[in-house]
Amino acid sequence: MSFDAAYHEKKLNSVGTRPLRPDGVDKVTGKARYGADFNVPGQLVARVLRSPHAHARIVNIDTSRAEAAKGVKAVVTAADFPDLTNGNAEMYAILDNCMARNKVMYDGHAVAAVAAIDAKSARDALRLIKVEYEVLPHVVDVDAAMLPDAPVLNDSVFTGGVEPTPTTPSNVCNRAEFGHGDVEAGFAKADVIIERSYKTEQTHQGYIEPHACVATCNKDGTAELWVCTQGHFVFRQNCADLLGLDASKLRVTSSEIGGGFGGKTHVWTEPVALALSRKAGRSVKLVMAREEVFRASGPTSATSIDVKLGATKDGKITAGLATLRYTGGPYPGMWAELGAMTSFACYDLENVKTVGFEVLVNRPKVAAYRAPSAPMAAFAVESAVDELAHKIGMDAVDFRIKNAAQEGSKSSYGPVYGPIGIGPTLDAAKTHAHMSAPLGPNQGRGMACGFWFNFGGQTSSNMNIGMDGTVSISVGTIDVGGSRASMALIAAEELGISYDDIKVVIGDTNTLGYNDMTDGSRGTFSSSMATVSAARNAIEVMRKRAAITWDIPEEDVYWEDGHAKAAGSKYGNLSPLSVAEIAAESGNTGGPIAGHSELIADGAGVSFATHICDVEVDPETGSTSVIRYTVIQDAGKAVHPDYVEGQYQGGAAQGIGWALNEEYIYGEDGRLQNAGFLDYRVPVCSDLPMIDTQILEIPNPNHPYGVRGVGETSIVPPLAAIANAVSNAVGVRMSHVPVSPPRILAALKAEANG
Amino acid sequence: MASIAVSTTINGDEVDFICQPDESLLDVLRNRLGLMGAKEGCGTGDCGACSTMVDGRLVCSCLVLGAEVEGTKVETIEGMAEGGDLHPLQQKFIENAALQCGICTPGFLIAAKALLDQNPNPTETEIRFWLAGNLCRCTGYDKIVRAVQDAAAEMRGETA
Repeated sequence: MSFDAAYHEKKLNSVGTRPLRPDGVDKVTGKARYGADFNVPGQLVARVLRSPHAHARIVNIDTSRAEAAKGVKAVVTAADFPDLTNGNAEMYAILDNCMARNKVMYDGHAVAAVAAIDAKSARDALRLIKVEYEVLPHVVDVDAAMLPDAPVLNDSVFTGGVEPTPTTPSNVCNRAEFGHGDVEAGFAKADVIIERSYKTEQTHQGYIEPHACVATCNKDGTAELWVCTQGHFVFRQNCADLLGLDASKLRVTSSEIGGGFGGKTHVWTEPVALALSRKAGRSVKLVMAREEVFRASGPTSATSIDVKLGATKDGKITAGLATLRYTGGPYPGMWAELGAMTSFACYDLENVKTVGFEVLVNRPKVAAYRAPSAPMAAFAVESAVDELAHKIGMDAVDFRIKNAAQEGSKSSYGPVYGPIGIGPTLDAAKTHAHMSAPLGPNQGRGMACGFWFNFGGQTSSNMNIGMDGTVSISVGTIDVGGSRASMALIAAEELGISYDDIKVVIGDTNTLGYNDMTDGSRGTFSSSMATVSAARNAIEVMRKRAAITWDIPEEDVYWEDGHAKAAGSKYGNLSPLSVAEIAAESGNTGGPIAGHSELIADGAGVSFATHICDVEVDPETGSTSVIRYTVIQDAGKAVHPDYVEGQYQGGAAQGIGWALNEEYIYGEDGRLQNAGFLDYRVPVCSDLPMIDTQILEIPNPNHPYGVRGVGETSIVPPLAAIANAVSNAVGVRMSHVPVSPPRILAALKAEANG
Repeated sequence: MASIAVSTTINGDEVDFICQPDESLLDVLRNRLGLMGAKEGCGTGDCGACSTMVDGRLVCSCLVLGAEVEGTKVETIEGMAEGGDLHPLQQKFIENAALQCGICTPGFLIAAKALLDQNPNPTETEIRFWLAGNLCRCTGYDKIVRAVQDAAAEMRGETA
């Protein structure tokens, strides 16, 4: 059935209200089951042996003593993962990352795994595995990895995106360029030009729940996987492809998820658990320790970015140029490409060019982290924009307003924008009370803007109307933070029934059609679209059932305010039929009532935000306190405003951690020195102030309720907003994130020494 | 290693279990007693997701040995709601949307209850420093702090 996804303004009863989330009681009583909260009778416990070296050739692995150890039921190495990838480089990288084949590429790279009757036996067995390494030179820094004499990680990688293709291998695996106009001509028109270099350090998503799964491979070829994941359908396909299983026989159930932020869009240990189960003939539970989460899952890219920006004296940007270098870990990714696309997305530029370089280093494989790659690019560009505004003597907000993209602007990455929110968020910032609040000594105010594309993708949803008129919905996107409530609100609105009469479940891979990963801020956007479509299909069925009940032609029945109604005065004595009344009669009118939807959710509206923050810097210690923080972001339509605010606040908090504190610290030996929450310090409650939010609603024309994704954009502005605030507080430009106390003190010292 | 027999009280009920000498209270609760509300986020006492009360003292159960709770009173998240009625903190966490993914929530609730048991009227700063041992990566803590303030006010009888 064709589905009209276009936005239509209408009076709303449910969407936009703030009911209690349906999974709340389970989650405050400890009943909700996350990845590690599931057990299968007779299961084994698995542990993974990881490389202590940043880069080494595996000369030999002797597992014989481990295999013979008491309680050990299976040991696997790369030999248990034959290459079934048929030349698919992306899948080969996933395979190699799950279990190192010829070389270990980073400290923490898996080399073997053991399944045993209990954790202690598995742990003890790891010590009995003898791995002989030939240690190789390593490189972890993005700029160092690009130097001609850098150790080359993979001698089959030749820089893509350049003509002619180089003949010598390189750590630069790809070059991507975006933009339009003529930047040189633009710079020639500028009265003021600034050119700066920036660096950002590698951070981890830092979800509190480590990766966890329980895998069962049966002799008949069927298999089951219980796992905390952002995409059980994709996990099913990846695991099946890597292990030669039949995807249709592998049932994957997503547990409640204890945070993901992009980090649970990639398989890490799941294929290993399945391989162990296949070998042992028993179920296998594999839970990562926190140290493993840091060393071997996530993180985001470290970057080095140059920005050149020119403007006329009256504040019009004439050209923008950015060169971005992003680490991808040891495997090619598209992280610099995303950074290059997002760099100048907030602005309407006549001349713009961005060039991104993907760089291989001996660090863990980079995973998506909330608006992946955008925060670093925004840090560089928004720092330069701030400095340029200052240089021409213009207010930082006014300067941005003057150059902001608007409907019809050609974006720096190609497409022409529809209705967008960058201008309105800036206007709201300009008039926000925060902007004019007084500042004390050692305090500074900063602001910055951010952009994210958002994504839609393949989505399916089932809606069943129960005999009592209550409704059950299955969706295939996972609930990362309240989306069950949003789906129920959308369904209540469409059907005209009470929110409390709707239950939402996350379907497993055998109960629902394929769904893409829950990423790109698509959960509420795409699954609500599928839910609207399913509801409208169910309404069609109910309309027909009402016609049968009344024994009148179907075309004389219409749907309004949650009821089937008979059209025309000739049916004046027919009372409208509610969902409950139609459902009660369903046994006599054709059987159970349901609506289904399978669609590709196109038209995810792009998202913009402006953040304002005040900081106080202690000049003696270089320590920074965030004393006030405001997030202004376009949601399109806030389906459940509490959880939209929550996304704004959470993204801001993660960005604040990244800006001030969080970084992967490597020793000279290429080993990660801070693989724990004590030394990799994420913001704690006493580090933060309340985070004020302002939701703007510029409807997305491609969604029935105008919804845009809201989850990711909020992490984009904070790096720059904080760095701008610190720079304003201390009077020195901070160009290296995190702006940790040592970096602030060093900058102050350098300034004092002239 | 020989197992150790332990007798203790958990959420008001007498419980006997055996455990290994090096087994944490968290592992005992989760793996031997099926009380999986306490979570392991780090295993090193840094995240607070396993927060538990032992004899009225707030502990990270990953840093306590199972054998140490012999003769003590242990309280976990499973005992917080009485007869199905949510504790005001639990109710206010839901009402204030103080959880997103919810993995840290049991730990926050145990820690917040420990605070309110000894300080019924904490300032925002006192709440923030008391809860600094519990990590949340989703919320930015704003709504958590508000939920605790809200629950404290209700428990003091200040709200309807």
